[in-house]
Amino acid sequence: MAEIRFAGYGGQGIIRSGIIVGKGASIFDNKFATMSQAFGPEARGGACSSQLVISENKILYPYVTRPDIFVVMSQEAYEKFEPELKEDGLLLYDSDLVKLKKKREKIKLYPIPATRFAEELGNRIIANVVMLGFFTAVTKLVSKEGMEKAVADSVPPRFKELNLKAFNKGFQHAQDGN
Amino acid sequence: MKANPRNVNTGIYYIDGDVASGQGALAAGCRFIGGYPITPSTEAAEAFAKIAPKAGAVFIQMEDELASIASVIGASCAGVKTMTITSGPGYSLMMETIGFGAMLETPFVILNIQRGGPSTGAPTKTGQADMMQSRWGSHGDYEIIAIAPESPQELFDYTIKAFNLAEKYRCPVMIMADECVGHMTEKVVIPKADEIEIEPRRFYNGPRDKYLPFKPDKDLVPKMVKAGDGYKLYITGHTHDEKGYPILTQNSKVKTQKSTTRRLVDKIKLNADKIIELKEENTDDADVVVVSYGISSRVAVRGIEKAREKGIKVGSLRLVTVWPFPDKKITELAKKVKAFVVPEINYGQVVFDVERCSHGEANVILIPHGGAGVHHPDDILSAIEYASKENKKIEGIIEHKTKLEKLIFEEGYKLKE
Repeated sequence: MAEIRFAGYGGQGIIRSGIIVGKGASIFDNKFATMSQAFGPEARGGACSSQLVISENKILYPYVTRPDIFVVMSQEAYEKFEPELKEDGLLLYDSDLVKLKKKREKIKLYPIPATRFAEELGNRIIANVVMLGFFTAVTKLVSKEGMEKAVADSVPPRFKELNLKAFNKGFQHAQDGN
Repeated sequence: MKANPRNVNTGIYYIDGDVASGQGALAAGCRFIGGYPITPSTEAAEAFAKIAPKAGAVFIQMEDELASIASVIGASCAGVKTMTITSGPGYSLMMETIGFGAMLETPFVILNIQRGGPSTGAPTKTGQADMMQSRWGSHGDYEIIAIAPESPQELFDYTIKAFNLAEKYRCPVMIMADECVGHMTEKVVIPKADEIEIEPRRFYNGPRDKYLPFKPDKDLVPKMVKAGDGYKLYITGHTHDEKGYPILTQNSKVKTQKSTTRRLVDKIKLNADKIIELKEENTDDADVVVVSYGISSRVAVRGIEKAREKGIKVGSLRLVTVWPFPDKKITELAKKVKAFVVPEINYGQVVFDVERCSHGEANVILIPHGGAGVHHPDDILSAIEYASKENKKIEGIIEHKTKLEKLIFEEGYKLKE
């Protein structure tokens, strides 16, 4: 079982990221995946996060308590949620948007300039998909094929190609040993 | 009767519970939802509004919750299957008219995605504190049916069941889900239309001059006609006779109470065995039985597994339908077990009925939760451990606090002299 938290600010596709990974895991990889989103009564804007539990068995407790993996795309969200990451957890972050404060010893760091890569591909809105490609290669929790299907299934047809390009950009970045 | 393929969006989806309920409503044949958006139920209304037009169904955003519930009763009288969607204060606003619907015996469904209360409470967080309100919220004597789903898939499946029960027993049916399940995203399988069983409206098709709108069939439920279809149809919130006429003189009132109000209660009570759905596991040799519903039953399973790993004989009774309450089942179990453990995201509601039906034969332990979250499986485990060790019979409801509550309210509030 793996507990994952995605976090950033409203508009970065943070909730969508949780949905895409959950879809990849549960529909295309035939595992169980439960996604919950947390937001306050003030609704949009500010730090936003989604939590995802992936398991081989039926998921009973739906919330993330101590994430194994923390994927973060904004400073505010990093500061808010970093302390709950497990001692030996994985931290995937947008290296242009998040400045690490203190480094906990056993935590494994995986930086990627996801937003910059997305801008180079022509649209910063796909930064989360770059991050998902990176996430897929780093964590190996969901198959590449499953994730590609989930990405393609979650975006309007005319943006499919661009999103898959973004996904592979992130995936390749991890393969290149970054 | 099978579902109409036009209403069923067959496929495998990754959607939240709210959206799944919107899909379930359409699949059940719902033609009209009147609602007023309120967190955390809004996504269900949005989902229905999006898929309804293609299937020839309608969503109308009404001016408020009073209008929403009234529009639903109107639509039901006009002959269609119908639902409203709400939460928290919105549910409170609907109470008077729910009683009106119960009195008119119009079938309709209410989806309540429970949130933290009272008042505005915690709109984006979960709770199970409307359970008694669903049962007793409107004035006077009547019965309703309430179902508590625990996953998005169940929100699809049990929304269909809710519509079927509403049509069969002509009463309000409440889907008492909660924010956790409503906003939880999981795989949902929408089957083919021919795999979905649908209860049709009980239409009258005898001679026009013989129709009595409130004359019951053998199962105590009367047949309906569509308002405006040429039948003589008189409906009123007044206590009425079989014709639907209000009767206000003393003598006939006695007769009327017998023929209508009593029947509103009895048509559910006497059919309870057919209505009630329970999921019972490992109760045969159990010392302790966890009685739960909705999201709490799902979380409880983990606590139960842990207790069994420790060798405690614990079983589980999940109330899929919470109302009508399974009196007989609880009484029967109370004679065999040492204790019931009841986790609820409130400070004690359904536990009252567990205690009532155990007749002092078994200890009744409540694990209260103030809302805005769910029980941790360890809280369930800790209560089960206590229940299995307690050899004394203790009167009344025993409170077993969660770890979090112990931290905050170790001593509880004390009155000062």
